[in-house]
Amino acid sequence: MSRQDKSRTDTNRRKMLGCMCALGVGLPVIAEAQDPAAMEAPKENDFLAYAYGDKAGQPVAVDDLAVAEKQVFAFAMDPASGLVKNGTRMNQVLLVRLDPATLSADTIARSVNGLVAYSGVCSHTGCDVTDWNSEFNRFQCPCHESQFDPSDSARVVGGPAPWQLAALPLKEVDGKVAVAAAFEGRLGFMQPGLSPFGI
Amino acid sequence: MKYRIKAEGLLLALAALGMVTGALAQNVADMRDVTDERLQNPEDGNWLMFRRTYDGWGYSPLDDINTRNVDELKVAWTLSTGVTEGHQSPPIVNDGIMYITTPLNLVYAIDATNGNVIWQYRRTLPFDLSLMHPTNRGVALYGDKVYMATSDAMLVALDARTGALVWEKAIEDYRTGYYITMAPLAAKGKIMVGVSGGERGIRGFITALDSETGEQVWKTWTVPAPDEPGGDSWPPGTYEHGGASVWVTGNYDPERNVTYWGTGNGGPWIGEARPGDNLYTSSVVALDIDTGALKGYHQYHWNDSWDWDEVSTPMLIDVQRNGRDIPALIHPGRNGYLWTLERKDDGSIGFIDAKPFVYQNVFTSIDPVTGRPTYNMDAKPGLGRAGTYCPSLSGGKNWTPAGYNPDTQMIYIPANDNYCTTLAGEEVEYRPGQNYTGTTGSRASIREGTDYIGEMQAWNVNTGEKVWSQKFDLANWGPVMTTGGNLVFSGGMADRYFRAYDARNGRILWQERLNSGITGVPTTYEVNGKQYIAIQSGWGVDASRMQRAIDTIKGEETIVPQGGVLWVFALED
Repeated sequence: MSRQDKSRTDTNRRKMLGCMCALGVGLPVIAEAQDPAAMEAPKENDFLAYAYGDKAGQPVAVDDLAVAEKQVFAFAMDPASGLVKNGTRMNQVLLVRLDPATLSADTIARSVNGLVAYSGVCSHTGCDVTDWNSEFNRFQCPCHESQFDPSDSARVVGGPAPWQLAALPLKEVDGKVAVAAAFEGRLGFMQPGLSPFGI
Repeated sequence: MKYRIKAEGLLLALAALGMVTGALAQNVADMRDVTDERLQNPEDGNWLMFRRTYDGWGYSPLDDINTRNVDELKVAWTLSTGVTEGHQSPPIVNDGIMYITTPLNLVYAIDATNGNVIWQYRRTLPFDLSLMHPTNRGVALYGDKVYMATSDAMLVALDARTGALVWEKAIEDYRTGYYITMAPLAAKGKIMVGVSGGERGIRGFITALDSETGEQVWKTWTVPAPDEPGGDSWPPGTYEHGGASVWVTGNYDPERNVTYWGTGNGGPWIGEARPGDNLYTSSVVALDIDTGALKGYHQYHWNDSWDWDEVSTPMLIDVQRNGRDIPALIHPGRNGYLWTLERKDDGSIGFIDAKPFVYQNVFTSIDPVTGRPTYNMDAKPGLGRAGTYCPSLSGGKNWTPAGYNPDTQMIYIPANDNYCTTLAGEEVEYRPGQNYTGTTGSRASIREGTDYIGEMQAWNVNTGEKVWSQKFDLANWGPVMTTGGNLVFSGGMADRYFRAYDARNGRILWQERLNSGITGVPTTYEVNGKQYIAIQSGWGVDASRMQRAIDTIKGEETIVPQGGVLWVFALED
C-alpha cells in the first residue's frame, strides 16, 4: 500500500466514524488509540508489559509465568516514558515460559529464564494466535488451526500457515523482561498467491 | 485502484467517440443501467444479483442447455484470478458484461462471451487486517454502479463501465473484529449489507446506504439494546458483544415491502455465558425496506451453543399445505432442520412446520404452533461441560445457498450428514478484534456405521417430503444453481468435480474436473442467443478446514490445491 493510498483510506474512515458519532453510534475503543509512538515496533531495551487483564500495562517480571502455561499477550513499553506500544495489533507479542532444556539452540539464544516471545499475528491470514495446545505445548491459531512450536523458533507444526511467527529476542533488565533486539522474521501475513499483486 | 487493460481501454475510448464497433466495446457501451424494474423482473438471459432474483431461488429459466444435451458441455473460456483461498462469488452478468469478486476484494469486469478483461479493481486492504474468512461473495449492480463490501468492513461503489471508484464508506471499524463477506442487496435506491465478526465479539447489524451518495439511510441492530423489544432476552452487559452476524445477502418481497435476512449465533458461543433466548440470534428477521424497522422474526433455536449460524436467508416460495396456498419462507437450517414459515402481510412471520433433513441429536420436540424446539441438554455444550452434537458446528447446511426450481417444485439442499462436533465452553474476556468464542476442546467425529457425509437432496415444497438424494463420502460445500433445463449445477467437494444433476431424479448427467475445489456460486446467462454456465473454482476457507478435520479422523491427507479460476462452459456451435 502506498502512503498516499493509506492516507486516503484513513481519512475516509475518520469521516465515517465522525458521522457515526453524530448518529449516536458507539465508537470502537481501539480506534481512539492513534498515538504514533504507540504504533512503533518493539525495540531494544523496551520492557514487555501485559496487554490485557488485571495487570494490563504492568511490566512482566522474568519469574512471573509458570512453565508451559498458556501464552500471555504483551506489548512493548518504552522504558523512559512508560508508553505502552499498543497502537496496532501488529505489535502484539506472545509470551510463554518453557523448560529451557526443551529449547532449540536458536530459541534458547533469544530466551530469558525459559521465556520466549513471538509475534501474536498468524502468518496465514493475520489472526491473533490466542489458543494453547497444552498436550504438545504449542500455540494454536483459532481461525484455521495453524500450530507453532515455541520451543523451536515457532516453526509451523500444523495447519495452513506458510511460515513461523516472527521471534522477539529477550533479555533481563532489573528483573523484568526486556526486548533484546527487533523482531526477527516476517511480521504478519502476505502469503504468496494470497497477494493479488504478484509480490 | 482500477487497472484497465491498455488496449481495451483504448477501445473503450474509441467506442465512446463512436470510432469502433467491435464486439467488446459494443457490449460495454450497450449495457443497460440496472433499475428496480429490471431487478424485479430480470430478462431471462441476465443474472443481475447474488441469487438472480429477490426471492433467492438461484434459478434461471434458460433451457438451451438441458437434460438432453448437458453431457456435451465444453469449456468456452477460463480466467485465472491470481488469488488463492475460497472463491465464492457468483459470476453476475448484465447484458454480456460479467462481474466477479475474489478473496482480498478484487473485482473483475469481463466480456462474458470471450473472457476479455475489461477492468480490474483492487482493494488496498489494511496491513493489520486479520482475515478469519478470506473470501467475498460477489457484487451488487444498481444504476450505473457496481458495489462490493470488503474484508475491512467498507462498502465501495465503482463505475460499472470503467471500474473507477465513485465512493467508499466505512460500515464499521475492522480493528474491532467487523468484516463483510456478503454480496450487497440493492433495491429502492439503497445498498444493504450486514456484518460478520460474531466470533470476535461484534454486535451484528444490517444497514442501508444511499446508492448514489453512500450516506447511511438506516441501521438495524440484530441484537437489541436492553430498552428495545427483545432486549430482556440478554443478561445485563452482554448484548454489546452478542454476535448475531449477518453473513449472506438478504432477500426481498416487493409486495410486502419487506427484506428478510438470516442471522448468526450469539457471542460467546456457549449459551450458558448469556442465559436467555438471545434475540435475534439464529433467526430470520423481516425489515421494512424503507426504514429498517423490524416487522417480524422467527428464531429457529434459542440460546445457541453449537455455532449454528442461521445465516442463509430463507427462499421466498409460494407453497401449498393442507389445501392452503401459503406465501412461505423455506430455510434448510444449519441446525439440520428444514423450516417452512409464513410471510404474513404485516411483515410478521408465522411457523408452518420443521423436520430434520440430516441426523440431528439436539432437538427433542418442536412446538407445533410456535416452532420453538426443546433440547437434549446432554448435547448442549456448557461452561466447563462438553457436549457432542450432530450436525457439527458446520451445520447440516452452511452458508452455501440452496436452490428452488419452480418447474419441479423442488428445493435442492447441499447437505452434510453424519458429521458431529464435541465442544466445551470456557470463560472468555472480551478483547477488541480477538477471538471471543469462549470454547475449548473442539473435536470432530463421524457417526459410527455411516458411509457418507456430503449429500445433494431434493425436497418437494408442497408435500414437504424428500424426493431424491445423492450421497458422497466427501463433505459438500457446493452452492446450488438450477435451471429451466431441469438441471441442478453444483460442486462443493474435495474431488474438484463440477456436476450437473437431473433436477427431477438426481442422476448425475455431466461432470468436469476443475483445477481446484469449488465453493463458488454457479450462474447461467445468455448472450447473442447462446447460453453459458459460469462458476469460480478456488478451494479454501471453511471447506478446507472441514476437510482437514475429516482427514484427521480418517488418518488421511487430502490435497486440494488452491487457486482461483473462472470457468465458463457452453455447447459447441
